Amino acid sequence: MLANYGYSDGSGTYYITLDTDKCNGCGDCVTACPQQMFLVEPDDYDDDKVVIKEAMRKDVKYLCAPCKPTAGPRELPCEATCAPGAIVHSW
Amino acid sequence: MAEQKPEFWRWHEYTWRDEGKNWKDYEMITAGVDIGSVSSKAAVMVDGELYSYSLYRTGSSSPDSAHKAMQGCLEGTGMTIDDIKFIVGTGYGRVNVPFAHKTVTEIACHARGANSMNAGVRTILDMGGQDCKAILCDERGKVQQFLMNDKCAAGTGRGMEVVSDLLSVPIGDIGPLSLGVNREPPPVSSTCVVFAKTEAVGLLREGFDVAEVLAAYCAAMAHRVVTLIQRVGVQKEFAITGGISKNSGVVKRIEKELGVEAVEIAPDAQLAGAIGAANFAKDLLAKQMARAGG
Repeated sequence: MLANYGYSDGSGTYYITLDTDKCNGCGDCVTACPQQMFLVEPDDYDDDKVVIKEAMRKDVKYLCAPCKPTAGPRELPCEATCAPGAIVHSW
Repeated sequence: MAEQKPEFWRWHEYTWRDEGKNWKDYEMITAGVDIGSVSSKAAVMVDGELYSYSLYRTGSSSPDSAHKAMQGCLEGTGMTIDDIKFIVGTGYGRVNVPFAHKTVTEIACHARGANSMNAGVRTILDMGGQDCKAILCDERGKVQQFLMNDKCAAGTGRGMEVVSDLLSVPIGDIGPLSLGVNREPPPVSSTCVVFAKTEAVGLLREGFDVAEVLAAYCAAMAHRVVTLIQRVGVQKEFAITGGISKNSGVVKRIEKELGVEAVEIAPDAQLAGAIGAANFAKDLLAKQMARAGG
């Protein structure tokens, strides 16, 4: 399943896409994210999968901003640490 | 005292029961309760077949709304809540269903529900009271992809209630009225319901009539959700669930913009979440019984 967390508003489209078919529930992203946005919990089909914390889904543009400088390298800690490559940002 | 203003936003609450069935003849009695931000739905299933359902307005207390919806299903049947072997809670208020054995997200429930009502459904657009979701599912109703917008009230039932009240048009008449116009004003703001309301008043002052302003609002709402659904892509069949699925003005405009017709899902697209939850409950009960038996 591709779970898109985020929103699109007047300023742009901000989604973090988590591919739960790739996610192995390891939790590396939970520790890697400086904002602690990730959480591993059982999904609707009882598998341990990563989600973005509910309270943070409407603020991803701002919460992710420190990792997204306007110039220079943009290697994101969450994407870099995810071995199966289950995390993708839309912006 | 001032004369009470009619409540134009108020929609029809109702319950339904399959009179041909006696629940005592069945073994697996399960229920789904879907507490949305605007409406509360409950559905009772016997051996996977729909037995009764109810649709009420959500009050200020989610547990009370859950009880009311459940009672609506049980009334006159002699069944009590204890006769139901497994209850799944879903929707925005799912954590506040006191009698639920488990909660499942409304995303999974809407996919499951719409798919169980029409097996061909792969794309679901759930237009609810305060958010809107685009969901892709597989042939068994399992979610493949989802995308939601709950950051603002534009494109939601709550926004439609605001407009119906503003223009003094009963909410059920909005669709037909908006489709009967000869010219359409430019769509109002599609990102914010407060701006949309302001713009609607502006259009009235410019000389557009009520039906035309409704057309502009429906077009804006349709456009807003079409951008959402285009991100996940449309696979056939396409179904719209949630309260807005009853507004032909929005549905027809979405179909036109997407170039795809939405399939009918009986008995009521607004109940997809509750019916999906009752389906989940049936599976979970079967699993529980298998475990107990083995």
